[in-house]
Amino acid sequence: MALPLGLSIAVRHLVHRRRQTLTSLVGVSLGVAFFIGIASMMQGFQRDFVNRIIDVAPHITIKDEYRLAPVQPVEAAYPGAVVELRGIKPKEEVRGLRGARAIIDALEEMPGLKVAPTLSGNILLRFGSRDISANVTGIVPDRERLVTKLEKDLIAGSLQSLYTAANGIIIGEGIALKAGIGLDDMVSVVSPEGVVMRMKVVGIFRSGLTLMDNFDTYALMKKAQVLQNRPNVINRIRIRLDDVEQAADLAKTIEARFGYRSESWQEQSSNVLGIFVIQNAIMYSTVGAILIVACFGIFNVISTVVYEKTKDIGILKSMGFRETDIRRIFVYQGLMVGIIGMLLGWALGYGLVEFMGTLDFKMEGFVRAQGFILYRTPKHYVISGAMALVASTFAAWLPARRASRMKPVDIVRGAA
Amino acid sequence: MTAPVLEARALTRELPGLVPVTLVRDINMVVEPGEFVAITGPSGSGKSSLLYLLGLLDTPTGGEVLVDGNATAGLSENQLADLRLARFGFVFQFHFLLPEFSARANVEIPMRRLRALGAKEIRARAEWLLDALGLADHADKLPEQMSGGQRQRVAIARALANDPGVILADEPTGNLDSKSAEVVFTMFRHLAREQNRAVVVVTHDTDLAATADRRIHLVDGSLA
Repeated sequence: MALPLGLSIAVRHLVHRRRQTLTSLVGVSLGVAFFIGIASMMQGFQRDFVNRIIDVAPHITIKDEYRLAPVQPVEAAYPGAVVELRGIKPKEEVRGLRGARAIIDALEEMPGLKVAPTLSGNILLRFGSRDISANVTGIVPDRERLVTKLEKDLIAGSLQSLYTAANGIIIGEGIALKAGIGLDDMVSVVSPEGVVMRMKVVGIFRSGLTLMDNFDTYALMKKAQVLQNRPNVINRIRIRLDDVEQAADLAKTIEARFGYRSESWQEQSSNVLGIFVIQNAIMYSTVGAILIVACFGIFNVISTVVYEKTKDIGILKSMGFRETDIRRIFVYQGLMVGIIGMLLGWALGYGLVEFMGTLDFKMEGFVRAQGFILYRTPKHYVISGAMALVASTFAAWLPARRASRMKPVDIVRGAA
Repeated sequence: MTAPVLEARALTRELPGLVPVTLVRDINMVVEPGEFVAITGPSGSGKSSLLYLLGLLDTPTGGEVLVDGNATAGLSENQLADLRLARFGFVFQFHFLLPEFSARANVEIPMRRLRALGAKEIRARAEWLLDALGLADHADKLPEQMSGGQRQRVAIARALANDPGVILADEPTGNLDSKSAEVVFTMFRHLAREQNRAVVVVTHDTDLAATADRRIHLVDGSLA
């Protein structure tokens, strides 16, 4: 009896239509639960991927390329003139990053970042009768340590032994498995320049990013320069930031200052990040569809109640209930289904996530993972709850409005 | 002299349409406190329509209704609802009790809507009203557990909940056996004479109507 009048009428209506109410409750709670489960799974995977990229890959890479073709003299002399030059391509730098030393010095004066110069190029790894094309990155191990976590990713060997071995090379786990190469094996490395070098595998790394594990190798800078026949050339400067979020802005600044193409990690992984956007859109629309179906359920129950309770509406209105009083009775009903459905859905969703957490299987896509990578956050509960409440209130609103607009005289006359 | 509780001036109600139908035509009438008025007439004569107009449930197409001497023509839906809540009690042919609520809870509903009394007083008044109507033992019963006469008395108790000045009843005995009908009518007479309320009852039962202070006979929507 402590309940407000409208609420107590609403409760009785729902209790009266127990089965239909339960059906729509199940609909709402399933929608909420699935949202929590799917969102936790997808965001878990996405965040894991991004974290790995941030860990493994440099946050900004300065390349020896230009984004645009250089401005031609005729265009400089006659800006805006009707001149068209065709077939002009962005300049290629045979000599790598010019003035790399100066760029590195300038970068190192900026706060919150670490810099490592590299030279990367293609090679062919030959082990026995196996040929594997790969990418070799010439590094300075002491600097590399600051910029990527290659050292932590090593599952065999060490970064330091690049210095001690005569011709050391570190390869990805994918390459090692494909060719059956083990630690301390000797491989032949052939470069497009025709240089052949016998190198010793001094390390094997596993980054978890499939692409890197299958294609990347590391060697000392000097060896890479010999392989590529580009003595003293650096063609990449890799930067690690303390604050990852600044990568895109800083990349622009650097590009504007030095002219070389500078890519943030977002730009380098834009293909995958783009897939995430689509994934999220699919998730939201799937869960949205579940909730819409649940809403039809709510709409159905409340419409039925309104139809059945026409006489009650008539008497309530004739005894002096206002339109808002009547509307409230039926909106309450939707809201109650929404709230209870939301709570049930939260419990169900929590259980679903915990259950998925116990599943164990191997997965290899963009990343290698063991079981589902789950992301648990109150945000998912808030979003799904809000969606459930908004949807159920809206579903109740339509029949509630119809009920509130009924004319008492039509009802009492019709019944008499 | 104080204003009459209820007054109709040139009250007319037409249903629009290709062939407009006139339900009530040019009715003038005054109901004083303590008066028990019966509206009679053959079916289709507009008795109920007149009652709905008097009870502010329907809007006239011509003329006006005055409650306590005040015009009601310009009032909003909400104002009309508030006026009905405080000043009118309705009894219909069908009891229209909310089936999920006990007799006492049904009687409490108008008081809980008006919010003039606290929860304890509302409960006490509901029990007092049921007791006054001889239903003290049935307060906790659901409508479906009661007889037709008992339900109609609960409906009357509900109509009295907010102590209205006017009781309007539309064929209140239409579904009752003659004995129950007699009880209900006695009650209406009592409400008018002892409690000084205006009671307007629509009925086609001429014997019962004969017991009223005044009879208004309608034919084809007009006073006859």
